[in-house]
Amino acid sequence: MTTTPVKPDLNPNAAVVDGAYEGITPGLFSKAFFQETFALTRRLFIQLQRRPSTLVAGIIQPLMWLILFGALFKNVPAGLFGTDIGYGQFLGAGVIVFTAFSGALNAGLPVMFDREFGFLNRLLVAPLASRFSIVLASAIFITTLSLIQTAAIVAVGVLLGAGLPGPLGLGVVATIIFLLVLGVTALSLGLAFTLPGHVELIAVIFVTNLPLLFASTALVPLAFMPPWLQTVASLNPLSYAIEPIRYIYLHSNWGVNSVVMHAPWGPVSLGGSLLVLVGFSALALLSVQRLLRRRLG
Amino acid sequence: MAMAPAVLVEQLQKRYGQVEAVKDISFQVQPGEIFGLLGPNGAGKTTTLRCLCTLVAADGGTLEVAGVSVNNNPKAVRQLLGYVAQEVALDKVLTGRELLQLQAALYHLPRQQGLEQIETMISLLGLVAWADKPTGTYSGGLRKRLDLAAGLLHQPTVLVLDEPTVGLDIESRRAIWTFLRQLREQGTTVLMTSHYLEEVDALADRVAIIDQGEVIAVGTPSELKDQVGGDRITLRLREFAPLAEAQKAQAMIQQLPFVQDVIINDAQGNSLNLVVTPQSDALINLQQALKAADLPTFGIAQSRPSLDDVYLAATGKTLLDAELAAAGQRDPKVERKQSMR
Repeated sequence: MTTTPVKPDLNPNAAVVDGAYEGITPGLFSKAFFQETFALTRRLFIQLQRRPSTLVAGIIQPLMWLILFGALFKNVPAGLFGTDIGYGQFLGAGVIVFTAFSGALNAGLPVMFDREFGFLNRLLVAPLASRFSIVLASAIFITTLSLIQTAAIVAVGVLLGAGLPGPLGLGVVATIIFLLVLGVTALSLGLAFTLPGHVELIAVIFVTNLPLLFASTALVPLAFMPPWLQTVASLNPLSYAIEPIRYIYLHSNWGVNSVVMHAPWGPVSLGGSLLVLVGFSALALLSVQRLLRRRLG
Repeated sequence: MAMAPAVLVEQLQKRYGQVEAVKDISFQVQPGEIFGLLGPNGAGKTTTLRCLCTLVAADGGTLEVAGVSVNNNPKAVRQLLGYVAQEVALDKVLTGRELLQLQAALYHLPRQQGLEQIETMISLLGLVAWADKPTGTYSGGLRKRLDLAAGLLHQPTVLVLDEPTVGLDIESRRAIWTFLRQLREQGTTVLMTSHYLEEVDALADRVAIIDQGEVIAVGTPSELKDQVGGDRITLRLREFAPLAEAQKAQAMIQQLPFVQDVIINDAQGNSLNLVVTPQSDALINLQQALKAADLPTFGIAQSRPSLDDVYLAATGKTLLDAELAAAGQRDPKVERKQSMR
């Protein structure tokens, strides 16, 4: 158990020996670390509360997708997409995942603005137990936001007739969203600390966002795509989030071994998809951790 | 046992690419004093502070705060320092109180102590009426006061101020000066930079004058002025004297026994700047000599040397000139990049 840092003696006559703080300097997962992480997270939620437009837009936008995009393809002959369900029902999983993904992709923007306005310097001159708290606060914030959005879409999905998975199914959906958001948030924060400014970050977000959507199974099933796009979509982490959620929505008798996707190299099970997402998040966190250590160390 | 200086900077070096921001800066701040770093913009003052506050790594030299090495123990140094940057970065959505609460948590103050300290600082800096308003609605002076409150919240051993009154109106500047004097009376050590002569002159117990990344003089303002020696006289023949007339006067004045040096200041209507032996009847003698030579007198004033004269004696240019020269060479974009992490 680490203790909070002892306030340095204010009496300047006290002899302060170099290195005397070594033993009491708190590190990761100390009380001090939780205190600073909580305060930094609180700041983000206060911002959200005073400027809720991001959250409101973040809920309205996916609903628009669901309603407008769903209507656009409503009259497609049944079976054209290789499924016998309505397009609206098909689209739900895609919209859930895409919404969470976009939100996570934008996670780096507030950090970038903090860098540009010098607010980050305020954090860097403070004796933070670990600067990882800056990153963790953003991750907690974005993840919570994504789960709120997901809940809203799931609720509206019920009204639109997409049905509702059981509690365990919803738990898996939440887990999938969490894993995807964690990885993408990490990448976005990594970019926020690497790119020179917000213009560049927005450019990267812009060229990543829609192409990754189109190159996934969000809008059409894999079988409907030309072979080369099938390969691309099967390499896209978004597909590994979309397909299990879709399967859970459409099949009440789902299980870990259920085959949710037929990649060009073979069938992918629900459990396999989850493993891919765990791998993706772990890889993202690892690569970003090294980078952040260099930038913030 | 010898007491460690509050701040020790020895042979500090820092370069940004091709630019040697700090070539060789050394000084010591003693506990309880206000120490000023004076110099034109671009002299390396801010870079020195940024190295001290662990924002950038120095390329060479020794930096210590109360005997703790910045290099070996940056976290402990951060706890010892309160840093108030030149450009106040506040989250404009947060209220002043919320910002201070964040700050208290970042310095790991226990909850109750943090809340008490926040109340103390809010009333001490006259922020009571503003504490619960978003900082986005604050004026420049208020922002600075809030930032001072944030910097002092954890009762740092040394308060580090970068250009504390730049861009502020006269009233806010006075308020901050008064506050800093109060702090000194309570024994807080302050290290501040400024390119305002009168600010350093009015506040600092000791000064290091910095030019182009090097310390050119250290001492109390009074010592430094004495070292330069001589009194200063500004003489204006007319509101705008013709150059020929000024030169004629210069040649004549040069011959007077109590005059050490005369230069023509063309930036101020060809007025004449004299260095004279102190405690002589310089003004009267000068006026008599001017009358005898049939030269007019529009205005005449005697003063002790200023810190600007100290700077002038060491560098051959005034602070203002250095400022203007530097302004043309600096690239604000590049500097913005340097300050980003």
